[in-house]
Amino acid sequence: MRVMKSKNHRLSELIPGQEALISAVHADEALHHRLAALGFRIGNRIQLMRRGRWAGPLHVRLGATDVILRQTEADLISVSPQ
Amino acid sequence: MKRIALLGMPNTGKSTLFNRLTGSSARVANWAGVTVDLASAKILLGGHIAEMVDLPGIYDLHGFSDDEKVVRHLLEGHPIDLLAIVVNATQIERQLPLVLQVRSLGLPAVLLLNMADEAKRNGVEVDCTRLAARLGMPVVLMSAKYGVGQPEAMRVLAQALTEASDIGPARRAQMQEVLSDDVRIEQETAAMMAEAVTMPLQLPEQVSDRIDRLALHPWLGLPLFFLAMLLLFQAVFWIGGPLQQGLTWLFDQLRQLALEPLAAQLPDFLHGLLLDGVYSGFVTVAAFVPLIILFFLFIALVEDSGYLARAAFLTDALMAKLGLDGRSFVMVLMGFGCNVPAVMGTRMMRARPLRLLSMLVIPLSLCSARLQVFLFIVSAIFAPAQAPWVIFGFYLVSFLTMIVTALLFRGRFKSNEPFVVELPPWRVPTLRQVVMRGWLEVRHFLSRATRFIVLGVIAIWLLTNLPLGAVPGGMDTYAGQLGALFAPVLAPIGIDEKLAVALMFGFVAKEVMIGAFAVIYGMSGDALSQEFARSMDWVQAISFMLFTLIYTPCISTIATIKTESKSVAFATLAVLWPLALAWLTSFVFYQGMRQLLS
Repeated sequence: MRVMKSKNHRLSELIPGQEALISAVHADEALHHRLAALGFRIGNRIQLMRRGRWAGPLHVRLGATDVILRQTEADLISVSPQ
Repeated sequence: MKRIALLGMPNTGKSTLFNRLTGSSARVANWAGVTVDLASAKILLGGHIAEMVDLPGIYDLHGFSDDEKVVRHLLEGHPIDLLAIVVNATQIERQLPLVLQVRSLGLPAVLLLNMADEAKRNGVEVDCTRLAARLGMPVVLMSAKYGVGQPEAMRVLAQALTEASDIGPARRAQMQEVLSDDVRIEQETAAMMAEAVTMPLQLPEQVSDRIDRLALHPWLGLPLFFLAMLLLFQAVFWIGGPLQQGLTWLFDQLRQLALEPLAAQLPDFLHGLLLDGVYSGFVTVAAFVPLIILFFLFIALVEDSGYLARAAFLTDALMAKLGLDGRSFVMVLMGFGCNVPAVMGTRMMRARPLRLLSMLVIPLSLCSARLQVFLFIVSAIFAPAQAPWVIFGFYLVSFLTMIVTALLFRGRFKSNEPFVVELPPWRVPTLRQVVMRGWLEVRHFLSRATRFIVLGVIAIWLLTNLPLGAVPGGMDTYAGQLGALFAPVLAPIGIDEKLAVALMFGFVAKEVMIGAFAVIYGMSGDALSQEFARSMDWVQAISFMLFTLIYTPCISTIATIKTESKSVAFATLAVLWPLALAWLTSFVFYQGMRQLLS
């Protein structure tokens, strides 16, 4: 199954292994700063590495940084798959 | 004296560098957020003594969590002569903005690009001269873990410090100004990266990724993790058990061959106090030191490898159902070493309800002090083949009590704290780091030993031998009377008067209990174990251990909970709830087994 290229995907919708560019981050101020410091900035490349079981966290890679985050937070990040 | 502060993002190796430069032994691990408080030490730089301060990691100067506030307060409120900014060289692109934020504060600064070994392996190349010119501060590429580039770093720090003139703390207004400048910082980062850093297009496939395919496997990940933990605890038991017995024998010999003849002239009272009280009590606890060092060496291996962050990934979904998150699980794991740093580690959580719920759960983790008590009792009562499994069972019970506690209290401590955690690569701990950790635990034990254990066993000896004329350890002594006082509560769970006294002192520090056994029963070594096995059956022993596991955090933990929660009411809850749970658990077990076996 191929995922369509589109502007309005959420990070949580990527399939493991898929790469995308971050197009928007819709988080409150505190979380926005934390995400930015971890590399979640508009235009940055992101790859979904894997998902945890039982709707567990997502493991993503941004450049040289690996981050795990919950589905809820991944929903706040818009991406355009590559 | 001039002051240097180490500043940088979490898990960039600030504490490792701090230890390396100052010869200290601050706790380190491959986990973002080990250091949650300030540590400082003296360092000789260019012929002058300076003070070096190790700060908790911060993601940026906005500072929203408690550990980040610690840094902000220090920057705003205290004079700092030089900032040493520590950056993970591989992640320079992401971490440069923090460097630029800090530079705008106008404090003299030096950039230390740490983990040069990993950067090289990843194909990241930094032109330090160009970057230094661009930043307007010295740049050193180094590896704190292996000591590469250390002399250069020392030289640069010393020089920067002589040139630095005290310009006072950063002002709040200035801090605000800096923080509103995000766009400019982003542009400047991009420009510097283009000029001075070569990044590979794609990071080469790392061993770390291959390990993760197994360690984070959807089905195998969690079972593998628990298997690894089980093997570690078994190893501690198999290697540490004989060490403890050997040491016990040695202490016995020392007493018989050297101390008894020496103390023969002393009056009875003093002879008893010194030998049956202080010596017996102390050495019974001290015999466990090698085992505990071993235990912490293994813990250090787990912590330094990066398995903790994997555990957070693997357990987060389950922890979410309990109202906690993967970081709470990591703190619980740290709690298996000692509850105190684990409780402090919750500082990285911003939502207060999540912090409180974690703090309520952490003291239920079977810490190394309780492990000593269990090892002692289990090896006295159970066959060697059963013993490790009984101990393992108590770890399971420990988890169960946490689950019950979280389920009961999650409604009262609701939060929607975001869960966003860095996953560091797997790293090989150096021997130096692991040995340092062991040494840290020896020191920790010695300080507890002098503070609690010696005073504790003296107090217990006095209680079990006074008033004068009473039969030592008998019902007429103060201890006997105290025990009788608690009998109505403790008899239904199979705990006799003698053990009741031990429990009272376990409240101070759990390992005092073993010392207490020696003093209360008036024997040590094998004789004590045999007396133990004679005086109680396995149902009583397990009931007593269940109660010991759960009943109340030790005094240090309670004090930490009070400080961290800033609430006497919460600290009270953290004492009373486990006490109630302990009694209920032991009651159900003891009475249930008595019914079953009768």
